[in-house]
Amino acid sequence: MREVYAAGVGITSFTRLDYPLSEIAAYSGMMAMKDSGLTQADHLYVANMGGCRLNHQSGLASAVVDTLSLCPAGAELIENGPASGASAIKQGYMAVASGLHDVVMVIGAERMREVNNLDATDFVATLSHPLAEYIYGVTLPSLAAMFTRLYMEKYGVTSRHLAMVAIKNQDNALLNPFAHLHQKITMEGIMDSEDAMTNNPYVSEPLRFFDCCPISDGGACLILASADVMKKIKKPMVRLAGVGQATDSHAVHERENPTDLLAVRKAAQESLKMAGIKPSDVNVAELHDAFTILEIAESEEVGFFKKGEGHRALERGETKIGGKIPINTSGGLKGKGHPVGATGVGQAHEIVLQLRGEAKKRQVKDARVGFTCNFGGFGNNVVCLTFVREN
Amino acid sequence: MAIELERILRPTDTPMAPYQPKYMTVASGEAMVIRQAARDEIPALLPHVEPLIHVDRDFYDIVAARLYAELLGYYKYRVQDEYVLVAQINGELAAIVNGRRVTADVGMSYHTLALRRGLRLGAHAFAAKMEYHFEGLGQKEVLIVAESPIGFKRWMIEYKLEKRFETPHELGGVPSWALTKEIYDKAKESLVVGKRPVPVEFLEKANEAILPPSDPPKPPADLVAARRSKYDPTGYFTN
Repeated sequence: MREVYAAGVGITSFTRLDYPLSEIAAYSGMMAMKDSGLTQADHLYVANMGGCRLNHQSGLASAVVDTLSLCPAGAELIENGPASGASAIKQGYMAVASGLHDVVMVIGAERMREVNNLDATDFVATLSHPLAEYIYGVTLPSLAAMFTRLYMEKYGVTSRHLAMVAIKNQDNALLNPFAHLHQKITMEGIMDSEDAMTNNPYVSEPLRFFDCCPISDGGACLILASADVMKKIKKPMVRLAGVGQATDSHAVHERENPTDLLAVRKAAQESLKMAGIKPSDVNVAELHDAFTILEIAESEEVGFFKKGEGHRALERGETKIGGKIPINTSGGLKGKGHPVGATGVGQAHEIVLQLRGEAKKRQVKDARVGFTCNFGGFGNNVVCLTFVREN
Repeated sequence: MAIELERILRPTDTPMAPYQPKYMTVASGEAMVIRQAARDEIPALLPHVEPLIHVDRDFYDIVAARLYAELLGYYKYRVQDEYVLVAQINGELAAIVNGRRVTADVGMSYHTLALRRGLRLGAHAFAAKMEYHFEGLGQKEVLIVAESPIGFKRWMIEYKLEKRFETPHELGGVPSWALTKEIYDKAKESLVVGKRPVPVEFLEKANEAILPPSDPPKPPADLVAARRSKYDPTGYFTN
């Protein structure tokens, strides 16, 4: 297996983008080409979940490869729910590591705001079990709410801990010009004041409005290259050192312990083991906080904190920029946004910037090891990536 | 002669109860005052609305253009029984809403313009507008249309409005929806907030001057840049 490097990264604003899905995808690709200086790729993987359903666009990879004038490079679409982005990176990794290709472009893109929020919520809910969950009206917010309720009872997590995640990640998003949400929120405004319940109403109790990520459009790109190609690129050597993936039961209620995210645990262990890294070695992480509770739970499953102690670390400020292990410096899904197919690539984009030292106001000092967790389904298909800066 | 002509052109306003100012804490933790804007304050509002006419995003352009005209119509006495409410945070303009009394029973909602995003300020301002129609003017229903998907989601779905498609709305040929007193009463507890009286220092600050919004949606330099700026607010790709 050959070493695989992050040669270039690009991203669009995660926001409402009233443009064709293929253009959103291609723009992030152009940004990454400029970043790397590369003008060609051997292969293109495009991660997307809803093009057919939301945008009447099939064959997205074929459209994007032509839009970027990369023909006759091969092009394929990767769909793995909200983990599509990291799954596509995994495919790109294998293509370069195996020697099949030297330069692979991985793009994630989604255009969800073409439909209203009810339709978008329904679209995401199609990843739940069709007969055991979906037909009973289960949506991702409701699954997350049930998960949160159990977590609260078992570990003492409170609504204030969830709000602390939201406030932290929206603060980080203020430092990221590509983030969807650029508004400062406070505990007074969303929890403590008399008007807080109207500012921050329940979406699916106990989850409130500011516990849920926004519905976003956006694209992100990561160009992966072999060591030989990387030598010609004037960028710090950031290596994709570990890739892990694991699955869990489709229906959440079939899990022996629904508060255990076993796929996160296993995918993280695989990824870190492959990279030869311990959780305590990680300097910066992007975790899949589609709901605030997930950042807390994933931070434990990944091994940053003991099970049931993630919220205590949050209280101590350990996950803030400047803390022991800064989490979601980009703003995360909560603040940066969650265009589902683009999210995993967007997480990698942030980590590559951090390891290069290019994250500007949100830069984590001396970051050399970065980690991403891209969470598909409700934890039934998870892909984790570990990046290491070499020089 | 000019005065005679003006008398003909100028509608006679019906006496309307003034909107009683209120204040609330918004998600940022700041206090926001919502109060009625006097006619002579309209020139102070216009410079903050005009730039948004050029923001081709989330329908800011059409809402700002129409609101600008409605504000002028109010200022120059060309619309009967119009009112304007402003929302201010530390004096800073945060939202504008306006509408009109059509009859004793029916109100006409015009526009809602939020100048800070993501804190549900527009929702608070819209709720204040409905509060004025039902509790200030004692009306039975308000006719509403939406010009943006966000507006549609917020008003038609969040409030569960009734269809009044057979009734034209003054903003154009789009179907009207109605917020009835019954719907308002159901929504009031969860959507209409605010306390009265407003502390003197808050009200004085609001009345002292309408300060410019600190972070309004900004118009791009040109149309090509408009498209690019949505993708890349840093200008990285084009520089």
